[in-house]
Amino acid sequence: MIVYILCFTLFLVGIYGALTKRDLIKIILSLGIMGYAVNLMIILFAYKEGGSFAILVKDGINSNMVDPLPQALILTSIVIELGITAMLVALSIRLFQKYKTFDITKIRRLSG
Amino acid sequence: MILPFLIIIPLLAAFLITLISGEKDNWAIVLSVLAEMSLLTLALFSFFTTGYDTFVYEMSGWKIPLTICLVQDALSGFMLVIVNLIALTSLMFSISYIRQYSSPWKYYALFMLLITGMNGVIATGDIFNLFVFMEIALFAAYALVAFGAKAEEYEAAFKYAVMGSISSTLILLGIGILYASTSTLTMAHIAAELQTKDPQVTYWVAAVFLVGFGLKSAVMPFHAWLPDAHSSAPAPISSMLSGVLIKALGIYAIIRIFFNIFGAPPVFLMIFMVLGSISIIVASYLALGQWDLKRLLAYSSISQIGFILLGLGIGTKLAILGAVFHILNHAIFKSLLFYNAGSVEMALGTRDLRKMGNLRGALPVTTSTSMIASLSVAGLPPFNGFFSKLIIIIAAVQSQHIIYAIIAVIGSLLTLAYFMKVQRYGFHGETVINEIKKPVSLGMKSAMIILAVLCVVVSILIIPGIREITLDPVVSVIISKTGYIQAVIGR
Amino acid sequence: MKQTEGMTLIVKTVTRISVWLILLYGIYIILHGHLSPGGGFAGGVIIALAFLNVMLAYGRNFIKRWVNIGFLHDLESSSAALFLAVGILGMAIGGGFLANFISHGKLFNLLSAGTIPVLNIIISVKVSMGLFVVVWTLSVFHLDKGGKEE
Repeated sequence: MIVYILCFTLFLVGIYGALTKRDLIKIILSLGIMGYAVNLMIILFAYKEGGSFAILVKDGINSNMVDPLPQALILTSIVIELGITAMLVALSIRLFQKYKTFDITKIRRLSG
Repeated sequence: MILPFLIIIPLLAAFLITLISGEKDNWAIVLSVLAEMSLLTLALFSFFTTGYDTFVYEMSGWKIPLTICLVQDALSGFMLVIVNLIALTSLMFSISYIRQYSSPWKYYALFMLLITGMNGVIATGDIFNLFVFMEIALFAAYALVAFGAKAEEYEAAFKYAVMGSISSTLILLGIGILYASTSTLTMAHIAAELQTKDPQVTYWVAAVFLVGFGLKSAVMPFHAWLPDAHSSAPAPISSMLSGVLIKALGIYAIIRIFFNIFGAPPVFLMIFMVLGSISIIVASYLALGQWDLKRLLAYSSISQIGFILLGLGIGTKLAILGAVFHILNHAIFKSLLFYNAGSVEMALGTRDLRKMGNLRGALPVTTSTSMIASLSVAGLPPFNGFFSKLIIIIAAVQSQHIIYAIIAVIGSLLTLAYFMKVQRYGFHGETVINEIKKPVSLGMKSAMIILAVLCVVVSILIIPGIREITLDPVVSVIISKTGYIQAVIGR
Repeated sequence: MKQTEGMTLIVKTVTRISVWLILLYGIYIILHGHLSPGGGFAGGVIIALAFLNVMLAYGRNFIKRWVNIGFLHDLESSSAALFLAVGILGMAIGGGFLANFISHGKLFNLLSAGTIPVLNIIISVKVSMGLFVVVWTLSVFHLDKGGKEE
């Protein structure tokens, strides 16, 4: 149980950072932390006591393997996060070129 | 057998466009228009052949729940028709509009990715696959919002991307919890498993999904990104985002998950009604104070989404009919209004209502179609918006929700008020404007005319004979709630 | 002192030797994707890292002289189209999108598991080229017009 709570704490750390930090790069990092917390949590859902890796082995039967599906899901979600992070970094470079600052409170040409 | 092609064709088109186009965008236009026309044909075909049936396509030769499946029923067919109809007109509008930006072929590739994502979200029957396609659509949307390469657009895209990734992470969390408690990802099997589980699980997951998909569909407490993103994007993209993206990713996903998987728990219907009515009133009020035409339209989108959510929340057959009909109507008239805003912006170089004036002489097509769209969004007969709003209000009265009916009426009146403002200052103002910077091209005009005609024609869907073959199957999918399980598993 | 591109001689020398090992490891991971942990994505990332290693050590212009970035773009797009083509072939022959249509082979052989190794190779090209082009594009962002206006 404690691991889930720790995961959730990590998630809250990420969401706190994303909502309160003023630096664009810190916001991106916070989003990353949030994503990793969720990934970790889904991996933990699949884990069982004394489980082993989820591949077939040549000699003998690999019994008691953990659920492999969440690992595939996490791989997909990591790829997606990679794409989104690259997108956000590109946008923040462009924003820096336009506004000459990384401070989100100074980037407010849009109003209302 | 049709559904996989609705995903394969735009994806293939996207990558072929990046392969074969050089600096010119001719091939990109040809390819994307061809792809979109075939998609619309396929979507119409699938919608009219489905009726009350459900077809399931299993990928890679395995059987569900071991594989990803695509589910074709009336609801998904209906949404596919809307998405591809608006996408086709949007492409027609883009051809000359996008040439004002640099390297237009990238626009078409991203546009096709956007279509891929939305078609995928609608067609899929697997909850994680829904997430993946949603991310594809959002990724294309972030890039397209920033396509104009101006400071405001980057700012809006960054805001949109941050909000989008927060909501996606929440949705992923919900999917993880669902998988942990049901050990499957196929939506129908999840629904069947959840019926045997403690309802506590449903409530926790539903709360997470409510925030996640609420952010995607921009209902009122979660709306902050929408006015920026939708008003900064290029006009055809604004119309795609406002017209269909928030419906495909937000409303459609909410319907599928809350009605078909969770079986519409009454407490969440209650929340939908409350959120919907807040959206209607507050967004209308905020729209009233806007002088930027596209920003006003963006706020108007939030309030119209409120109408749809209110209809879904009331939950009677009539109310859901109204909501479904309003999804179609809103897609049509809001896209048309964004095209109007785009052609005004292209012709005059401004979208400030105070700087516009009497455009009847300069832009006759834009002015007259904007009149039709405004009347239709404000809910005046005989245009389509009138019927859907009327149905929602009647349903609210019938099911004893008098307060919500009054809210909906006030919302309609406010809508009428701010579109009077648009017409009064923007298109029929005092200063007569005769000279324009850039003429409105034939493609843009025809896109606007097609949608203006549809604004009137779509009203006939409410005639009982036609309603029975078009809207009623869609309503029956939603109203049957977890009948979806039987339809998918027990074939 | 003459200003040279990239990093110091030590880094360049180490990179010159190690980059081949990294590439080889990436290829190993890709080819054994259906037998052991790893596969197209992981191997593709390793190959992209090999390219990035060269880029960091020798500088952008070195890469620009040796590789045509437009060609990498094309390679990436065509690998995606190829993936779809395999999927559609599965639809035509196997009975479902991405269905397996060649013989499964014997378990634990290198040439086994039907279309999975083929798809792994296609994905690795897509991922490695995609990742490299993304980082490349980010690194040349300040050179284009975006930074100059306003």
